Amino acid sequence: MSDLNKLTIAEARDALRKGDVTSVELTEACLAAIDGADALGAVVHKTPEIALDRARAADARIKSGDAPAMCGIPLGIKDLFCTEGVPSQAASKILEGFRPEYESTVSGLLRDAGAVMLGKLNMDEFAMGSSNETSVYGNAVNPWRAGNSDAALTPGGSSGGSASAVAADLCLAATGTDTGGSIRQPAAFTGIVGLKPTYGRCSRWGIVAFASSLDQAGPMTKTVRDAAIMGQAMMGHDPKDSTSADLPVPDFEAMLTGDIKGQVIGIPKEYRMDGMPDEIEALWAKGREMLQDAGAVLRDISLPHTKYALPAYYVIAPAEASSNLARYDGVRFGYRAKLDQGDGITEMYEKTRAEGFGAEVKRRVMVGTYVLSAGFYDAYYNRARKVRALIKRDFDQVFEGGVDAILTPATPSAAFELGQTHQDPVEMYLNDVFTVTVNLAGLPGISVPVGLDGRGLPLGLQLIGKPWDEGGLLNTAYALEQAAGFVDKPVKWW
Amino acid sequence: MSIDTATAAKVAKLARIKVDEDDLPALAQEFNAILGFIEQLNELDVDGIDPMVSVTPMRLKRREDVVTDGDQQARILSNAPDAREGFFAVPKVVE
Repeated sequence: MSDLNKLTIAEARDALRKGDVTSVELTEACLAAIDGADALGAVVHKTPEIALDRARAADARIKSGDAPAMCGIPLGIKDLFCTEGVPSQAASKILEGFRPEYESTVSGLLRDAGAVMLGKLNMDEFAMGSSNETSVYGNAVNPWRAGNSDAALTPGGSSGGSASAVAADLCLAATGTDTGGSIRQPAAFTGIVGLKPTYGRCSRWGIVAFASSLDQAGPMTKTVRDAAIMGQAMMGHDPKDSTSADLPVPDFEAMLTGDIKGQVIGIPKEYRMDGMPDEIEALWAKGREMLQDAGAVLRDISLPHTKYALPAYYVIAPAEASSNLARYDGVRFGYRAKLDQGDGITEMYEKTRAEGFGAEVKRRVMVGTYVLSAGFYDAYYNRARKVRALIKRDFDQVFEGGVDAILTPATPSAAFELGQTHQDPVEMYLNDVFTVTVNLAGLPGISVPVGLDGRGLPLGLQLIGKPWDEGGLLNTAYALEQAAGFVDKPVKWW
Repeated sequence: MSIDTATAAKVAKLARIKVDEDDLPALAQEFNAILGFIEQLNELDVDGIDPMVSVTPMRLKRREDVVTDGDQQARILSNAPDAREGFFAVPKVVE
């Protein structure tokens, strides 16, 4: 078999079980692809020895006949996941040199299922960003280019390295995390599938915390089937995360029938934004038509508080971040600033955090500090939490009314150029306009590649599901994927 | 609500992030841009709405209040920038 790194998880699993290929061969193909792709900036800590050790162990396990679906599958792991003995920096200078003594629950579940870790993947610092430009490692680059242009495009963020690595076939799939759209937006920008599960499905234990009430891990894959297989392996109750749901995880792959006859798909009018590019509008219309042709019933719905999701998010997420990131004090792990004669502990904190955090992280920590400070807590933080309750109520009412899933664009544009100066931080925040509501309401959401824009760049649509209904959501996504027949790949330039 | 440089300095202090005097005006301007964006929340009537505490209606799990872990001093200190004699070391706190 050639081009083993280009296989999907399902194809590789079947080939491994039949004995047509070994995990070592798959892993070597991915390691070679990674070594040839430094220009993408996707893999920031390569772990070839660990990868080959695990591949050999997986091959032995497959031979013994006891192999779960993920056994022997080479994956990339976002740098936000703590991985035992392997640098885990959240793409921040402040975690320079940090090698966790433990493994995150999600990466541990994958490891125990026999999956092979190829290395750690680039991301925005502490997952704060939508373009992978805030990383201490430098930018991750999108393998896609617009037309004949050789301008470097963003793979999106914060899971930009994961998206770039999967789209460029450096790995079969990757882990991502999503606080405001950080799985779904990069997936849409790179023509892959990204699933954010219901809040509580994946344990947050061992994943560097950004905004704990919003953070959720998920798979970034080449197909919906792969998202079902890998997602299932990542989920499950964990006593170490108090918000982890003690619910059974169904066999998602078995639910992929492609039959969505009679399913009610909501089309929210508030997602038709002023100034939305015609191509996005046309893609959305195409998606509606595809689902209707597959037998779904379209229903116009209203989610009246949509407009307030981003401002509420930019209170709640920084507030939680300011609290979570208080632990980076130069005492227990990571970076400590060089101190001057006479500097005390306060100077140590202040210098360490000034030198260790990047500009966007500092900005958000300080905004969070401000909205939580005495005198402003009610005006900002409590008000945002009330608005969050209203946003969730919008969705609850729609689902109670019989809607099974909601179809929206995934992003307001295709991938944009790296290095555009963003004078106004708010402009970058608008990238998450279609995805952030889902985090605030704790719902599952998936981005599916559906077409190309006029310059040949991938565009995705988002499906939003009912809480804990990842199975139904994945099946609707599968029907959309089948109808769209998106098979394009980036032309290799790296 | 407009943030001046004195407020920006106070916030930086509360967040324990050193910001040079010269950088305070730009920081205050950024805060104002972000807070201006957040101001939209004031358009909504939220009277009688409870602030969200948990996005999924669940009761936190309980467990026995017993020690389940421990004896990991070396592993806990292994990532410290400065550790001595089994302790984290920091600059002198008491004069």
